[in-house]
Amino acid sequence: MTTAFLAFYSVWLREAVRFVRQPNRIVGAVGPPVLIWLFVGSGFGASFRLAGESGVGYLEYLLPGIIALIVLFASIFSAMSVIEDRREGFLDGVLVTPAPRSVVVGGKIAGGSSQAFVQGAILVLAAPLAVPGLGLGAVATALGSLALVAVGLTAFGCAMAWRMDSTQGYHAIMNLLLMPMWLLSGAVFPLTGAPVVMRWLMLANPMTYAVAAIRGPFYAGSAASAPGPVSFELAIGVTFAFAVLMAALATAMAARPARA
Amino acid sequence: MNAVDVQGLSHRYGERVALRAVSLAAPGGCTYGLLGPNGGGKSTLFRILSTLLRPTDGTAVVMGLDVRTEAARIRPLIGVVLQGSYLDGKLTVRENLMYRGRLHGLYGRRLRNGIAGRLAQAGLADRTDDRVETLSGGLRRRCELAGCMLHDPSVLLLDEPTAGLDPVARAEFWTALEAAKRERDLTILLTSHIMDDAERCDRLALLDAGEVVAEATPGELKSSLGHEVITVQSSMGADLVDRVRERVGLNAAWTGEHVRIRVDDGKAWLGKLIDAFPGEFTSIALSRPSIEDVFLAEATGGTEPEGLTP
Repeated sequence: MTTAFLAFYSVWLREAVRFVRQPNRIVGAVGPPVLIWLFVGSGFGASFRLAGESGVGYLEYLLPGIIALIVLFASIFSAMSVIEDRREGFLDGVLVTPAPRSVVVGGKIAGGSSQAFVQGAILVLAAPLAVPGLGLGAVATALGSLALVAVGLTAFGCAMAWRMDSTQGYHAIMNLLLMPMWLLSGAVFPLTGAPVVMRWLMLANPMTYAVAAIRGPFYAGSAASAPGPVSFELAIGVTFAFAVLMAALATAMAARPARA
Repeated sequence: MNAVDVQGLSHRYGERVALRAVSLAAPGGCTYGLLGPNGGGKSTLFRILSTLLRPTDGTAVVMGLDVRTEAARIRPLIGVVLQGSYLDGKLTVRENLMYRGRLHGLYGRRLRNGIAGRLAQAGLADRTDDRVETLSGGLRRRCELAGCMLHDPSVLLLDEPTAGLDPVARAEFWTALEAAKRERDLTILLTSHIMDDAERCDRLALLDAGEVVAEATPGELKSSLGHEVITVQSSMGADLVDRVRERVGLNAAWTGEHVRIRVDDGKAWLGKLIDAFPGEFTSIALSRPSIEDVFLAEATGGTEPEGLTP
């Protein structure tokens, strides 16, 4: 048990130290979504009207989705280090030690999701500036949701990255998969107004629940908190299940002997 | 007891055969060198021995444990440095070694003292808190060596530990390695291209195209090579091999860049060759035989060249 914890801590610590020593990564992950938020949010703001007349402006509506996008970018980026570690030979050095692979993967997911969480948290903590009347309890709940989302997405990224040998290929696949997932998550427009086929796609999309889990505490009580059939409880449940499932998948990927 | 025992080991990546029924044994406490060209199968063999890759066929036993079924028990006993680096450039020397030590279940004072001791032995004590990305290639290699011995392994597997090092850095690396060996009963398996490295080994195996083509001591290897090698460059390219045979009766080999001729009395042959080919060489040089000459000899059937003496 002690040895497993030591290995887990060691892998996590390395990710944390690397993160702190490369502050430009924070700018890279937080900057673009914030710009999207400001440009798209204020550009569309005049023509956006949420059904039900809740009085929520587009900048406000978009904010939870933007936080989800930051976590998405950060998680996927940190999981990419699996590929770099493999290419440079660092991963071999880890796999020849007695540390169990499941623990190594667990540490990697913990390290990556910590980074993603910190980056997303910057915006959650700043959210009361954009959403007047946002209480401390709501911010705390949103941080909890954020942590779950970060673990799920980082584990997903690790599972995808484990068998890949090129960061370009990983980027291409992730962009192909993740941008549509984000666009169809209710981050940019609510489920309610969407055509039926799209609504089904959105309901099958784990990002929909991730965004809803972050959005829930922001507008508790207002119509914007639960656009369509996804309640906050359902969103948290699905997001939790997704995180567990992806962590299991990433561990299973690592348990099989790697190709040379 | 043999520290490493390999019997009929084969490995295939899809269609490509990387190892073909390789058998070799490294007795405990010896320094065992694996020599061979790139793609000869050395790295595949090392990946199998370090439990990263399951062999297609045959057995490999490390310290009495089978790599196929007892990998988890082998890992605490081996110290491994493969190609590429297991060091993280963004971390300091100490942080890298702490990282590695914890993966081996070490912590607290024991880990800190172990790191200090290994770094002192490797001559890296004054670089402990520098980031690894600021170290030279030679220092990095010694840092890797220090790190792979934190858990007091019985067998070291070092894949090309001296690649890219200048002669001074290489000598320092060997000093560190030999210091570690004096301190405890350590079996070392390493791969190399370099004759100087081969000469420091107790036993050598030559691996080419996935097969062991020869096993010998450094002395046996050298005596099979003749004493000296003349290297000739000319505009004739590979055709020079035939002309050397015609004009002076020596067997030569084409390396793809120049022609190499193994001789017993280099000085005498140097003059004879220059007389036989007036003004036709762009360069001619006399040197000691290298690992490449062993492979050239094996490639041409392993026969001794005729006309060794003038």
